Amino acid sequence: MTATVARRADNTRSRPWRFTTTRREQLAHAAFVIPAFLYVLYFFGYPLGKSLWMSFVDFRTATFITGEAPFVGFDNYAAVLSTPLLPLATVNTIVITAATVVLQLGIGLALATFFTKKFPGNRLFTGMLMLPWLLPLVTTAAVWRWLLRDDGPLLALLALETSPFADPQLALAAVIAINIWLGIPFYVIILTAALQNVPGDQLEAAELDGAGRWGRFWHIALPSIRPQLAVSTTLTIIYTLKVLELPLILTGGGPANATQTLGTVAYALSFKKFEFGQGAAVGNILMLVTLVFAIAYIVLATRKEKE
Amino acid sequence: MIQRNRRSAWMQTAAAAIIIAVMLYPIFWLISGSLQPDASAATIQAIPRTFDLASYARAIADQSRSIGTSLIVAIGTALLSVTIAAPAAFGLARLRSRFVDVVLITLFVAQIVPGIVLSNSLYTMFSSIGLLNTIPGLILANASGSLPFALLLLRSFMLELDPEILEAARLDGATSIRSFLSIVVPLSSNALITAGVFGFLAGWGDFLFALTLSTGSELRTITIGIYQYIGSPNVDWSTVMAASVVASIPAIILLLLSQRYLRAGLGAGSGK
Repeated sequence: MTATVARRADNTRSRPWRFTTTRREQLAHAAFVIPAFLYVLYFFGYPLGKSLWMSFVDFRTATFITGEAPFVGFDNYAAVLSTPLLPLATVNTIVITAATVVLQLGIGLALATFFTKKFPGNRLFTGMLMLPWLLPLVTTAAVWRWLLRDDGPLLALLALETSPFADPQLALAAVIAINIWLGIPFYVIILTAALQNVPGDQLEAAELDGAGRWGRFWHIALPSIRPQLAVSTTLTIIYTLKVLELPLILTGGGPANATQTLGTVAYALSFKKFEFGQGAAVGNILMLVTLVFAIAYIVLATRKEKE
Repeated sequence: MIQRNRRSAWMQTAAAAIIIAVMLYPIFWLISGSLQPDASAATIQAIPRTFDLASYARAIADQSRSIGTSLIVAIGTALLSVTIAAPAAFGLARLRSRFVDVVLITLFVAQIVPGIVLSNSLYTMFSSIGLLNTIPGLILANASGSLPFALLLLRSFMLELDPEILEAARLDGATSIRSFLSIVVPLSSNALITAGVFGFLAGWGDFLFALTLSTGSELRTITIGIYQYIGSPNVDWSTVMAASVVASIPAIILLLLSQRYLRAGLGAGSGK
């Protein structure tokens, strides 16, 4: 990904054939990029610009017919910020993201350490582990909704009497738990690959020096996979901040808005209330927060390559 | 010593089986529930006594059209994103300028734009050019989601191609387009398949674009079909489970056929 940014710098120096490319060929190579460039411009640049514009105008259902969208300044932002829903959704989004990152990292690292060992059936099991992550989200969310409904088979196992999705105290915890379950395969695959590259001679040397299993993990394995940990954690933050589909399918944001996120609020404003301007305003706030972590990611990824 | 090692390896296999059983517990229930006539009742069994396929018949009767729609959207997404990404990835792997860094960072930012921000704008854009409620509209929207990933994945692969082969072709007088089509594409087939598999899965599993850019009555994907099931007042859970199993089949087939491609893609996704 952005890791390749820094790799390019080495390539230009180490590959002599590049010096034979002519200016004309460079232009031809640039031409290869044009379709993708136009696509990104039209499907990312333009929507982002439009989202920014929409957040400053009064854009509602009538706009589609009349084409009129009067400029309203920061009214949309003021309107969404003055509702009690937005602070609640912001707190929920932060809670979901923080809990997901910490627990997914912990569980993912533990499982990855386990699956790095060699034992019969290892490959088959790690393959099966990928399933929750590969299935369409709607299907996994549907089965969880069924397992945790009032008569659901999982309630007795959890010593619950009614569905957690109906309980404002438990609904958010249930959404977080399912989100973690969904993301664990990603962590296990990434971190298993990283742990397999930990230098074996260092581990052996540490063992000869009398380091125990825990010591070897803490002092050798963990520091050497730190770049992958940092990158996958930042990616999880970025992807969890925009969480929308999972709460929408599991609870619809309820009960009593207990599982509303910035994503579900933006969705409801635009596609339930047809207040596209306000929906865009919430979407832009979400984009801004995401961008902060994206910059952190770019810094981390480039530093990782330099090391 | 060897004996003990072997035994401890098998102990680990047993522990792994338990971990998998816990992790796949919901998926086990998904299949079990789909095979029982009344998954909505509290009397549901963990292991079905008889295999009842009636809910599959209902699910397929209801959803055959939406399955077809999803298949076209998924294949279209895979083809469109790979077709646009492949030449661009080649160009970016060969270009030598600061411009490349700008493009790569732009692509990364594009990849993290929240879907709802895109949906919100695409809805208004599509409504003015008549792409709402159309299959091409869904393909274009989904391909915009998979394009940045496909491009970054393919570029990092194409950087590893042996430059001498291309240099030889160039000395033989091959144009850039020719060397791309007859050298780069065949050599990159693994990476192209990986990008295609991820594009397919993104289009097949897409929920947000289908929810926002189609009404669900004139044009409906399988994911929206399932969502409409669970949104109805009296949910027929057996049919929901059967439709969910059907919707999971492409992912399971791809996992069986292309585990290594999926792993490669996941690795690339983490910026490895």
